[in-house]
Amino acid sequence: MKVFALIIVIMTGGALVYSTLDMPDWGDPNSPASLHISPRYIEKTIEETATPNAVTSVLADYRGYDTLGETTVIFTAAVVCILLLRRIEDDKTL
Amino acid sequence: MIRLYNDLIIQTVCRIMIPLIQLFAFYVIAHGHYSPGGGFQGGCILGASFILMLIAYDINWIKRRFSENKNVILIALGVFIYALVGLLCILLGKEYLNYSAFQKLIPIDIARVRALGTLIIEIGVGITVMAVMVSIFLNLTTFGKHEKGEV
Repeated sequence: MKVFALIIVIMTGGALVYSTLDMPDWGDPNSPASLHISPRYIEKTIEETATPNAVTSVLADYRGYDTLGETTVIFTAAVVCILLLRRIEDDKTL
Repeated sequence: MIRLYNDLIIQTVCRIMIPLIQLFAFYVIAHGHYSPGGGFQGGCILGASFILMLIAYDINWIKRRFSENKNVILIALGVFIYALVGLLCILLGKEYLNYSAFQKLIPIDIARVRALGTLIIEIGVGITVMAVMVSIFLNLTTFGKHEKGEV
C-alpha cells in the first residue's frame, strides 16, 4: 500500500514539475500577467478606487476574495491555537 | 513563562511607549491607502503593543481589562465585518465585495465609495490580526494556562 501511495505521489509531482516547464520565465515582461493584468491595475487604480497605493487597492479591492481567505486563515490559526493549547481546568481566575 | 519583575524603568517606559505604538498602529491602518501599510501590518503593531503590556505588567492586571472572552469575540468580529461588507454588497444588488454597491447608501463619487469599502475591510482585518496575535502569544507563553509563571 505504501509503495502504491509513493507511486501516486511521484506521478503527481512529476506532472506538476512537467507543467512548470510551460510557465513563462520568472519576471518575463511578455507573460500574460505582465501584459494584461498588471498595467490595468496600475493605470486604473486611482481612477477606479481613489487609492494612490496600488498594493492596497489590489489587495483589498481587486482581489478582495483573496484577502478574505487570508483573514480566515489567521482566524483558523487562532482557533486551532486555543483548541490545542488552552487548558481551562488549570485556570483559577476564570 | 511570564513572570512579574515589577521593574519601575520597564513599566514607566512601557507606559509612555504603548499609547504611541497604538496611535501609530491606527495611523498605519487608516493611512494604508496612501503609504505602505494596511490591516495586516497595523494589526500586528497593535497586537505588539498589547504583548508589550503583557510582558511589562502583571498578566492578571491585563486580563481584568482585556479579558479572554472579549479577545475571542474580537477574533471573530474582524472576519465577520469583512464577510458582512461582502454580503451587504450582494443585498445592494452588486457582486460579493464589489464596494461600488455602497453608492446607494452614500451618494458620493464611485471611486471614493470603493476607497471607503477598502478602509472598512482593512479595519476588520486589523481587529482580527490584533486579537489573534495576543491570543497566540498568551497561549504559547503560558502553556495555555493564562496565569503567572511559578518561578
